[in-house]
Amino acid sequence: MSEVKKIATRASYGNALVELGKKHDDLVVLDADLAAATQTGIFKKAFPERHIDCGIAECNMMGIAAGLATTGKVPFASTFAMFAAGRAFEQVRNSVGYPKLNVKIGATHGGISVGEDGATHQCCEDFALMRTIPGMVVACPSDDIEAKAMVEAAYEHVGPVYMRFGRLAVPVINDNPDYKFELGKGIVLREGKDLTIIANGLCVAPSLEAAAKLAEEGIEAKVINIHTIKPLDEELVVAAAKETGKVVTVEEHSIIGGLGGAVCECLAEKAPVPVKRIGINDVYGESGPAVALLEKYGLDAAGIYKQIKAFI
Amino acid sequence: MENLELQKTANEVRKGIVTALHAAKAGHPGGSLSAADVFTYLYFEEMNIDPKDPKKADRDRFVLSKGHTAPGLYSVLAQRGYFPKEDLVTLRHLGSYLQGHPDMKHIPGVDMSSGSLGQGISAAVGMALSAKLSGDSYRVYTLLGDGEIQEGQVWEAAMFAGARKLDNLVVIVDNNGLQIDGKIEDVCSPYPIDKKFEAFNFHVINVTDGNDMAQLRAAFDEAKATKGMPTAIIMKTVKGKGVSFMENQVGWHGKAPNDEEYAQAMADLEKVGEALCQK
Repeated sequence: MSEVKKIATRASYGNALVELGKKHDDLVVLDADLAAATQTGIFKKAFPERHIDCGIAECNMMGIAAGLATTGKVPFASTFAMFAAGRAFEQVRNSVGYPKLNVKIGATHGGISVGEDGATHQCCEDFALMRTIPGMVVACPSDDIEAKAMVEAAYEHVGPVYMRFGRLAVPVINDNPDYKFELGKGIVLREGKDLTIIANGLCVAPSLEAAAKLAEEGIEAKVINIHTIKPLDEELVVAAAKETGKVVTVEEHSIIGGLGGAVCECLAEKAPVPVKRIGINDVYGESGPAVALLEKYGLDAAGIYKQIKAFI
Repeated sequence: MENLELQKTANEVRKGIVTALHAAKAGHPGGSLSAADVFTYLYFEEMNIDPKDPKKADRDRFVLSKGHTAPGLYSVLAQRGYFPKEDLVTLRHLGSYLQGHPDMKHIPGVDMSSGSLGQGISAAVGMALSAKLSGDSYRVYTLLGDGEIQEGQVWEAAMFAGARKLDNLVVIVDNNGLQIDGKIEDVCSPYPIDKKFEAFNFHVINVTDGNDMAQLRAAFDEAKATKGMPTAIIMKTVKGKGVSFMENQVGWHGKAPNDEEYAQAMADLEKVGEALCQK
């Protein structure tokens, strides 16, 4: 595994926008003075006239995106997750969500893997916030390949989509010929009968590692990548819960209201089984290197393994 | 349309406003009535629109950023033929398409859902930007309350519009001087409004009587002739205009008339209508 290619999904976002921009004249990219960080700068270079820098004014950017969408443009509004889902929550709810406008939100720098910037910029609440908006699709890719497929699917989808990308370079794990992306459809990455691990984003790769380690001890974990938190692939989640009897969710997000919350809501109603939510335990993050933070907060393979062992 | 005809139409729009609010038993008469003349001017004179084809691509756009004055917008839309005037009495009723605040998904002629103050102007800026990107010639109008401009997002949008030189955008501020908690200068003064928009690179037109059609006509003509920068029309109006007991009364910001008050309001407006017919 040492030679695995790594790329941050924010870079995938920028690259995917360029590819889409070549095909679709109606695609417009908005940013809020973070084009270098969100990587929409790549798009700006290719299509300067369709890259609109709104300055440091995220609430206005969401409104501008809404206005553009009413005229048939397909805007991708880009900023950090903290500002897209947090600061501009009400603009997204009222100006984008309520009129069901065709706005795509590319939120980069999600989770604690933002690293050194610390707690103010480490958004661990965005899945929860965006998930409560009726009609909003909420998704988070696990690697470069999935991120690019997701951006394309978001363009094709008619209606608002929130996508969370990461700052940290993460291993490419989906480079197989059978890989197929569909919004709202989870992907089974490993079969197992003893428990189900449901993960998304950069937690998918270490979850697979944890599952491999469990297998060495004879514990067979099914691993599912739920890249779309909303709409949740309930069929797959319920079937897996019934099949394995135990579920663990793993996400770089608060254990309140995100993937873990969505899975628990679903299973409590349709297939109650014990669930362990692995994520940020209702605390703020802190400054530090991303990899060290993931380790400290138990989101690396060893941390996930340990928490699963304690659970089962 | 001649100014006198526009005045008569505005008076009918006012009747629609009080009728809708009376039936709704809740809502915002003050700011709907203060803006009845500008609503009328926009929909009967200024804008390139077609009630038979509310979504036609090259239409001028209007965003009611001060969305709580939806009764004013609905009344003018009904008067213009977008939907039956009889439907105005369903305002705010369960199951009606006439929601408490503008809903573009269900109301013919509404170009943007709005109501949360400060947000409509951003959408209007996005529409104006879109026209510039595509080389389309339609114009975009948005109406803000003078209390609404206390919202920071208004100035984010203004900064962007000024920086981008969106000369297809007209921001109208209904300066009726009152907000829920009192006089705007007592609550949190936004004055001077004109200098603020000037500082944000707008061409500013001060209208001393925004309930006067001749002044509105001059202002919108000047806006249309303005190139290279967006226009802000700051118009002084009378809150509650046309209904004697509502005029300049802060209490009528967000309260519906009861049966007795409704009869009085309609009598006031009938009188105004008769006077206009004598002209």
